[in-house]
Amino acid sequence: MSHSVLFLILAALTFAGFFMGRKRAVAQAGGVIRSLHSRPNYYGYLVALWCGIPAFALLLLWVGLESNVVDTLLAASLPDSLTAGMDPASLSLLLNDIHNLAAGVATSRDINEAMAGAADHYNDLRETGLLALAVVALGVAIGGILVGSKLIHPDLRARAKVERAINRALFICSLLAIMITVGIVMSLLFESIRFFGKVSPFDFLFGLEWSPQTALRADQVGSSGAFGALPLLAGTMLISFIAMCVAAPIGLLSAIYLVEYAPRKVRAVVKPLLEILAGIPTVVYGFFAALTAAPFIRDVGTSLGLSVSSESALAAGAVMGIMIIPFVSSLSDDVINAVPQSMRDGSYGLGATQSETILRVVLPAALPGIVGSMLLAVSRAIGETMIVVMAAGLAANLTANPLEAVTTVTVQIVTLLVGDQEFDSAKTLAAFALGLLLFCITLALNVVALMIVNRYREQYE
Amino acid sequence: MTQMNVKTDDEILSENSMTASSPVTQEAPRPTFVTRGVDVFYGDKQALFGIDLDVQASGVTALIGPSGCGKSTFLRCMNRMNDTIDGCRISGQILLDGEDIYDDQVDVVHLRARVGIVFQKPNPFPKSIYDNVAYGPRIHGITSSKSELDDLVKHSLEKAGLWGEVADRLDEPGTGLSGGQQQRLCIARAIAVQPTVILMDEPCSALDPIATARIEDLMGELREQFTIVIVTHSMQQAARVSQRTAFFHLGELVEVGATADIFSNPVEQRTQDYITGRFG
Repeated sequence: MSHSVLFLILAALTFAGFFMGRKRAVAQAGGVIRSLHSRPNYYGYLVALWCGIPAFALLLLWVGLESNVVDTLLAASLPDSLTAGMDPASLSLLLNDIHNLAAGVATSRDINEAMAGAADHYNDLRETGLLALAVVALGVAIGGILVGSKLIHPDLRARAKVERAINRALFICSLLAIMITVGIVMSLLFESIRFFGKVSPFDFLFGLEWSPQTALRADQVGSSGAFGALPLLAGTMLISFIAMCVAAPIGLLSAIYLVEYAPRKVRAVVKPLLEILAGIPTVVYGFFAALTAAPFIRDVGTSLGLSVSSESALAAGAVMGIMIIPFVSSLSDDVINAVPQSMRDGSYGLGATQSETILRVVLPAALPGIVGSMLLAVSRAIGETMIVVMAAGLAANLTANPLEAVTTVTVQIVTLLVGDQEFDSAKTLAAFALGLLLFCITLALNVVALMIVNRYREQYE
Repeated sequence: MTQMNVKTDDEILSENSMTASSPVTQEAPRPTFVTRGVDVFYGDKQALFGIDLDVQASGVTALIGPSGCGKSTFLRCMNRMNDTIDGCRISGQILLDGEDIYDDQVDVVHLRARVGIVFQKPNPFPKSIYDNVAYGPRIHGITSSKSELDDLVKHSLEKAGLWGEVADRLDEPGTGLSGGQQQRLCIARAIAVQPTVILMDEPCSALDPIATARIEDLMGELREQFTIVIVTHSMQQAARVSQRTAFFHLGELVEVGATADIFSNPVEQRTQDYITGRFG
């Protein structure tokens, strides 16, 4: 019997529990459904919950813990001849080989008697474990059905109980999402703390030079490593600024056109088309930036007598701007649409033209939302990676010249973590500190954006 | 709102019937609006059928009728607010002081400056009280200096009976006022453009009885200077504030006449039925 078979049996039992519960409730009511406190289905759900929740929880728990428990038991049972003088790392390699042997896959060492015995023992342990699990889980499931059925009584407030269970389940889902976020932030935070043990936060935040190559051996020269994040931040800001210069006007003006001027037919075509832009994978934008936009800008610049590097902030920023146009336009569209028609009527009723109405009534009323959508777009631009990896270059220049190559926080995180890593060098750990920095910036932007949006939301009510 | 002069319905009714029967108003003044054969369609659905209605200058004309009878549609035709509705078509003639307002030569901006409108639900802009009133004068360039604009704002608010309540907080948002105050702000906003006609689309239906009474008093004062057309669901209100009443039913103008006649002695059976509450 495998886990999946057990899963199917438990599911079937849960279903059975539902029907048994419902039947029992109807029987208890003597066929008079109205004498039940809740509709019969709720009694069924209640029994199904009693049956399913503990049994599936057990199954999940065992799937999560199985390998640990079995390995601990296996390691304890290994003969000394195999484990003599082993450190934990080589012990885990040995266990791995035993797993492979047990599964009939090629192993990395010669098989001897002891190994074969251990593999057999491992298989035994797993089978016993699974059998025990099956017995316990089925017992719990059947017990759940019995207890649940026993509880059923016409006065039992089954609906309230089921709804509370659903409520809990929803709560657990949202809790899970939050916990995962917290976990991600924590992992960033702990690695960053290790990094700040090697490089002072002050140097990191205010240093003007970024060259993360550290010496691998003591006798290497010239690669002492400098971890000043300012050039990266400057590059990020420059590219985001260029992106917003493209996206803000085009996105906002297209939103105004779509909401205020476009005939319904045009809107029905243009709006989905605009949103297709949002569906293009960013790596495709990256091609476009690196292969089309950047050479074009370089050629134009050269013909004007400017020196433009072939990977320029301008190319990456402009293409990123195109990428976030649908973001800005769709958010602004919602906000402008949310301005009540009565505002427009009031303005028209006073003899204002359409453009006066838009400029003096609609946009001021929608302004907080528009600012909020812009800030969200900025945080999107700051976090964007693929386009800048492909089109902006790797040189950490501290410059405001959009024609030079710059690099961004996200690009550096990628380059630091691509390839073979040693997780005790400042170079690798720097990626986590950069990630934390980026997270803080976008979080702050999002908070400010939400505050602005919320603060003025009810202004025209 | 320390002192409030709320008149009972009877008092107002008797006042009105006095004015209605006085010789001055009996002699019909020159009509401001003349409409002939106005049909309105929303898409394929016809909302109004051949409306012929004259609106007398200076005075309150009430449009009454059951929901969906087309009275608001007709009101919105009078300053072309229906232009903003997709699929709305209008045929027939609406003359304002002899000029067809649906003529191609007519600029709808100028028309709406002459014919102001106050809506059912107060809709002050999310701006300061001052800016709300100054909005119209600014877009039409009515005033040439800041002090002139200040005077116009003050004057308009006084006319709308709101000045005393807001004089010391003109820079607070108009949306912070109470519903009745907001509606008077909207009236002040309409007055500030110096129209000749003010259309009111159920201006009191979102207000409590006290605020309603204030607006009704206000209409009594404003009708000296402006031609007022009001759509109302309340027959008592029509009787209190108007001199002439038009009864709409199912998109047709059933009957129009002096308010006192319509309510005491209607010609048409349908009017009689509506007024006595047999349908509606």
